[in-house]
Amino acid sequence: MTLLALEGVTQRFGGLVALDNVSLKVAAGGTTAIIGPNGAGKTTLFNVISGFRVPTEGHVIFNGTDITGRAPEAVARRGLVRTFQLVQLFETLTVLENVKVGRHLHTRGGLMSALMPLRARSIEAQVASIAHDLLRRVGLSAQAETLASALPYGQKRLLEIARALAAEPRLLLLDEPAAGLNRGETGQLAELIRIIAAQGVTVLLIEHDMSFVMNVADRVAVLDFGKLIAQGSPAEVQKDKDVIAAYLGTMEAAHA
Amino acid sequence: MTWLTTIWVEAKRAPALALLWSLAGALVIYVFATGGYLIAVLQFAAIYVVFVTGLNIFMGFAGQVSFGHNAFAAIGGYTSAVLTATYGWEPLPAAALGILGALLCALIIGYPTLRLRGHYLAMATLAIGLIVYEVAVQWQSVTQGYMGISGIPPIGIGRFAVTSDRAILVCLIAIAALGVAAAAGIRHSRLGRALVAIAGSEDAARALGIDVARYKLIALLISAFYAALAGSLFVHAVGFVSPEVFGLHMVVLAFTMLYVGGIGTVAGAALGALMIALLPETVRRFSEYQDLAYGALLILILIYAPGGLASLSRIGWRRRVKEVA
Repeated sequence: MTLLALEGVTQRFGGLVALDNVSLKVAAGGTTAIIGPNGAGKTTLFNVISGFRVPTEGHVIFNGTDITGRAPEAVARRGLVRTFQLVQLFETLTVLENVKVGRHLHTRGGLMSALMPLRARSIEAQVASIAHDLLRRVGLSAQAETLASALPYGQKRLLEIARALAAEPRLLLLDEPAAGLNRGETGQLAELIRIIAAQGVTVLLIEHDMSFVMNVADRVAVLDFGKLIAQGSPAEVQKDKDVIAAYLGTMEAAHA
Repeated sequence: MTWLTTIWVEAKRAPALALLWSLAGALVIYVFATGGYLIAVLQFAAIYVVFVTGLNIFMGFAGQVSFGHNAFAAIGGYTSAVLTATYGWEPLPAAALGILGALLCALIIGYPTLRLRGHYLAMATLAIGLIVYEVAVQWQSVTQGYMGISGIPPIGIGRFAVTSDRAILVCLIAIAALGVAAAAGIRHSRLGRALVAIAGSEDAARALGIDVARYKLIALLISAFYAALAGSLFVHAVGFVSPEVFGLHMVVLAFTMLYVGGIGTVAGAALGALMIALLPETVRRFSEYQDLAYGALLILILIYAPGGLASLSRIGWRRRVKEVA
């Protein structure tokens, strides 16, 4: 079953074509990686999928519904949750509170329940217990009461993922999750992504780190200058001539 | 009682803050016993606690900017004044109508501007503050212009009016405490977290399904409610209103309270209001140097507690964070 389908998505910025007629199907289940050199249009593609940018042409179909041009919060409500290339935490909140914010879509209550301590308490207890579970999964339990701004970079990334998981996504978009992580942290992250996928959340990620991609992805799609130039299993893509040319330059260039 | 826990947690993090609160409590008791002029000062302080606590929900929690909350206070205050003094209404329905008017005004300026990113609302609030002031000055048949309206009856229900200075003070402190408790409840609820998330990162908040425009508007409406309530309380406590009461200086004063106390924290906003209201009285003994002493104290607070008085807590807080890491 196809969970996400891009149909002829084109994004122009003035004369620059950031995405050129990209069509891509992401099946439900497993992990798909989008790779490509710097400036290939990967983040633009993520912005289009998650509703932060309306494409010039084309459609984004999520779970059978056309979500092209829907606002990010409306996209999130349907179960498509993203993280950011530059980690976007709520820095003045504690680690635990960050994850609690992630429960927004799965809780109810506005001003009235905020002013009724008894009703608020039972909702809050439930939110707290789910948030603690998620922190345990990413290994941040000990830091629950720390301010998010005080975390080292690698843990900030893990926290952002825990917060996204709190929203119970069907499709989780990770924008360069391994960027800035050391080798140990990258291994830990790969393990976490495998567990998330095994629990039935479809993962779509952008990545530079090829060994990381080969390690976690079931399918790989390659973008170059806004065009989709290859897709397939990691092994197939690694052997693809166009992909090698995009990453290393053409054979002639390599000889020169 | 969530709000009691909140206060307790904030106090545990911050012994210095707890000390300031105890001092404030002791002062209230002292003034209550001795009476006199300081009672009026404390009444003024309690009213500003209400105003600043509301402003803090919009500016501290949700991270927005408003230069015009004095407009909402003016709408609340003048509605109360005109309806009770001129038309003989009961204070309660008059205040309710004033609050409703302020909410309507907030809705009209907030709905279009809060959908835009940037400082459009800040500009709109500045404009509404000036417009309401001008209306208060020019609409002489109703507001009596610069002359102002006097003879506003005290707060009360039916035959029971709160007339003595001490009773008014108790009443105002009770309302201020309720306002602070409500703000603490909001801060630690789903609504409050959504607001603080918006202040942290609008993009991340939207990616988690938070309707940013809607929540900003809710924050504006809540803070307008507080402002209008503070306006009504003021005219009933003083018995008089003129355009100057709700002038731009009200915004400057509220900003000082917010930043000295510690913007974003429930205790900080209330404490700042209390401290700044009382500060001129404490430095009065320096007679001709009192403005100098007042200014020096403000600067000292901002140098040694740049996050406001509430940030005295974060010094202890940071130490704990280091232990964890």
